[in-house]
Amino acid sequence: MPSDILNRRTFVASAVAGVAATALPLPAMALTEAGARNLVNNVVSEINRVIASGKSEAAMLRDFEKLFVRYADVSIMARYALGADARSASKAQMRSFTKAFQSYISRKYGRRFREFIGGQVTVKSARKIKAGYEIKSLVKLQGSAPFDVTFLVSDKSGKDKFYNMFIEGVNLLLTERTEIGAMLDRRKGDLNKLIADLSKAG
Amino acid sequence: MTNFAGTALRLCIMALALFVAACAQTTTVEQANGAFHDPYENNNRSVHSFNRGVDRYLFRPASKGYVKIIPDPMVTSFNSFAENISLPGQAVDYLLQGKPKESGIALYRFLINSTVGFAGLADPATDFKVPQVDTDFGETLHVWGVGEGPYLELPLYGPSTTRDAVGVVVNLFTNPLDFAPTRPIDNLGLYTELVRRMGDRGRFSDTVDSILYESADSYAQARLIYLQNRRFELAGDDEDAYLGLYADPYSDASDPYEDPYAE
Repeated sequence: MPSDILNRRTFVASAVAGVAATALPLPAMALTEAGARNLVNNVVSEINRVIASGKSEAAMLRDFEKLFVRYADVSIMARYALGADARSASKAQMRSFTKAFQSYISRKYGRRFREFIGGQVTVKSARKIKAGYEIKSLVKLQGSAPFDVTFLVSDKSGKDKFYNMFIEGVNLLLTERTEIGAMLDRRKGDLNKLIADLSKAG
Repeated sequence: MTNFAGTALRLCIMALALFVAACAQTTTVEQANGAFHDPYENNNRSVHSFNRGVDRYLFRPASKGYVKIIPDPMVTSFNSFAENISLPGQAVDYLLQGKPKESGIALYRFLINSTVGFAGLADPATDFKVPQVDTDFGETLHVWGVGEGPYLELPLYGPSTTRDAVGVVVNLFTNPLDFAPTRPIDNLGLYTELVRRMGDRGRFSDTVDSILYESADSYAQARLIYLQNRRFELAGDDEDAYLGLYADPYSDASDPYEDPYAE
């Protein structure tokens, strides 16, 4: 009905996206398919370790944020999500926006970690793309049909870091760029207000 | 619905689809950047508000109640039943797309699940490793070369495009089972689809809520997510079309990489 925006795989997929996004550990090494397989397996165990820690939700969200900062190319993701406004922003504004963005993403997706419990991720293929590597995987969650998740990895930051993901074709970064653009419009383009609100949103 | 009415409806809709095909299209490159053609945005936004109201006061509570009262395995069973009901229609669509193999698989699944699978309430075909199938008349139109056309949000249904709206109507009202001489009720597929959607709405409540009620612009989020997901589905195994879906921040016109590390 009105809210059946996606097919059912995508519902769960988008829920899982952020959890995975917050915890993709990428060692600095040339990626091979075997390496990619390990990588994704590591992500799953990292996430499950946090979930199984039995900590409070707030503490888990802090752990997800740490993993996100460590393994994702946060500054490029934040800059892309802000879009054209990133060019007119001052350096100080970009720094605080990036910080607000990383906590927003970690909270927004990390809060749905329960949907990821018992999740299995199988790497199907890994290959070179323009900016780095593309890792295609199949995600199986309890009670849902498997769905495609593609991770994009680049070493342009100096390390192999995750910079985007697609869940059943839905581009995480583009979706967030649209959302943050809408938030900015609502605040009549006031970046400082957006930054203040974003660090509480999600 | 009578046989004749169904056929007439299908024909009308095909004519409409061909008209739609002639209308303005977004290019593949534009689609890669999540571009959309939304000339009816004002109207769509009104429909979106209406749909949100229906969801908030009717569909959301009903769905949450449904998954709360009905045990989870039964919700799964009803979903399987709804999917099974749609298989003969999918077999027809695959035939129209020139894919006899997939058409056969759809029929085979229907046969297994309707018999060993307790009239479709269970899904033994999946246990027997029969490949999954998933298509619709919108995809058939896509295979025939009909472009997606302008974005549309349909009342009570949700995000769609002019092409897929045609597909939705065809699939909901021309299920081959509706033309069977002995059928329990008319438009069975319509009701089972409603039940399936309630199951999904209830199960993935938090995800849907976050899009519909926590977003700064739920209309824009729904539009973007629907279009990307639909284009991905239709691209299928077509590698080029799939790769075309990438919006690469590193190759963005604003070259995001120049600044952050220049500091």
